Amino acid sequence: MKGFKPSAPILLLLPAFVVLAAVVLVPLLLSLYSSFTPFRLTRPETFFVLIGFRNYVSILGNPDFWYAFGRTVLLLTVALNLEMLLGLGLALLVEKATRGQRILRTLMMFPMMFSPILVGFQFKFMFNDNIGLVNNALQSLGITQDAIPWLIESHLAFTAITIAEVWSSTSIFAILILAGLLAMPKEPIEAARVDGCTPWQTFRYVTWPFVMPFAYIAMTIRSLDVARAYDIVKIMTDGGPAGRTELLWTLVGRTAYSDARMGLANAMAYFSILLSIAFTVYFYNKLAAARAQIGAEW
Amino acid sequence: MDENASARLTRRALTVAHRVGLFLAMLLICLPGIWIVLSSLRPTVEIMAKPPVWIPQQLSFDAYVAMFSGIGKGGIPVLDYFRNSLIISVSSTAIAVAIGMAGGYAFARYRFRGKSGMFLGLMLTRTVPGIAMSLPLFFVYARLGIIDTHFGMILAYVALNIPFTIWLIDGFFRQVPKDLAEAAQIDGCTRWQAFWQVEFPLARPGIASAAIFAFLTCWNEFALASQLTRSVNSKTLPVGLLDYTAEFTIDWRGMCALAVVMIIPALTLTYIVQKHLVGGLTSGAVKG
Repeated sequence: MKGFKPSAPILLLLPAFVVLAAVVLVPLLLSLYSSFTPFRLTRPETFFVLIGFRNYVSILGNPDFWYAFGRTVLLLTVALNLEMLLGLGLALLVEKATRGQRILRTLMMFPMMFSPILVGFQFKFMFNDNIGLVNNALQSLGITQDAIPWLIESHLAFTAITIAEVWSSTSIFAILILAGLLAMPKEPIEAARVDGCTPWQTFRYVTWPFVMPFAYIAMTIRSLDVARAYDIVKIMTDGGPAGRTELLWTLVGRTAYSDARMGLANAMAYFSILLSIAFTVYFYNKLAAARAQIGAEW
Repeated sequence: MDENASARLTRRALTVAHRVGLFLAMLLICLPGIWIVLSSLRPTVEIMAKPPVWIPQQLSFDAYVAMFSGIGKGGIPVLDYFRNSLIISVSSTAIAVAIGMAGGYAFARYRFRGKSGMFLGLMLTRTVPGIAMSLPLFFVYARLGIIDTHFGMILAYVALNIPFTIWLIDGFFRQVPKDLAEAAQIDGCTRWQAFWQVEFPLARPGIASAAIFAFLTCWNEFALASQLTRSVNSKTLPVGLLDYTAEFTIDWRGMCALAVVMIIPALTLTYIVQKHLVGGLTSGAVKG
């Protein structure tokens, strides 16, 4: 054992690297290669025809792709910001509660247990224009007489998807921010109050900087699996109506499996991978900066 | 006196506002779940009723009975799906945790070159969206002939879980003071013994939560499973949920029942881990 000592961490990390190389890296290289071919599942011989950047060129000239790309970025921006704000609000509400905190915390985690596909079905059910809970409630309360076409009209469908996404992921933010609030020492807050800070100032300059790393941890975790939204969208609208809620991921799935154009789909997939990586690296850096700011050890 | 009274009034108003806000938030969080459970117990006629029936008239377990009574009697092979889900989730969790423990220990206890970069690199493998991942995997698996097998799914899920498991377990090992293991080594333990006798028992609750988290990821995964499984040989519950949808109709009641079946194990497990989970994710976020 002594002779191996310098390489011990490498030895320990080796299994992880082997598995990831076999299941993630090699297939990714393969898909990178196939994005330069006109590969179709139905015609295997096309796998060996190189066509250079033609797939990428045809994607870049395809307005459908750019709409899906823009919509994906829009959904992520809106959803992540909303989740952040609502999560913060929820965490503050629960932290203030004097009794039953344990139960509240458990209830708060409730949506985390739902599989994204379950979230999709559940909200598809609730937003159903004919029998859904939302329309039934609106009609029974006399707010409207019409059946609002939640999943059929394009803007409403996008709103419905955002709501589903926010519902399912706000609790991650809430639970982590709450952990930050609970871990926070009480003295700085008291000191700020004694010095005459308003509650808002106390929050803005004392609490918030302290809680920020926790918020960025939540952001990093979320950005690791933002593509979970695929499941939700796939079930709720499947990219409809007429492609108006098509996201990058559903577009990739459709191109690959319905149209069987693997080469093209792989090229698109690379854009979605880059997008995810960009989000993750961005938040990871923010996290490191926030940690450094409050003098945490790395 | 006036000032006192108004201050008391403000305070009371704030308390009430806080209670109401809390109640509304919790209602929004819980309502969809409650609605699913309720719908699974109501007859389809009531679900479809127009105008809506708000107070359930008759509750029954018909949907659950139908679901488990097999194909042809309005059921789906839910037992097969359940078994597949269980086998795949449990084995991939066990493997991922074993690998994750080795990796997490390396990150928590050793200093080596490129550590930070390696950590980020590991995380980045997790960012590849499931659907993008499924394209090359589908192709490779088809070549190897392991589409629609347990082995193929387990392999994919192990890789899916390793990065996050390492992150969590790294956090838990960091919470165990280094001095303890060092003291054990001074007392004559080897590093190997010190790990199993001192550090592992202390980090065990954390590792258990990492395991449960990995299990839930497998249990809930859909994008990969929907492409890499084909039949009752390996279809998991999330994919099985689609059996309730036909071209234009959806059997809402049956689907709600299956949803409840899916959510109960997840609910129980999450309840068990909640405390440790947060600790593992946030360790190292602040000094202390």
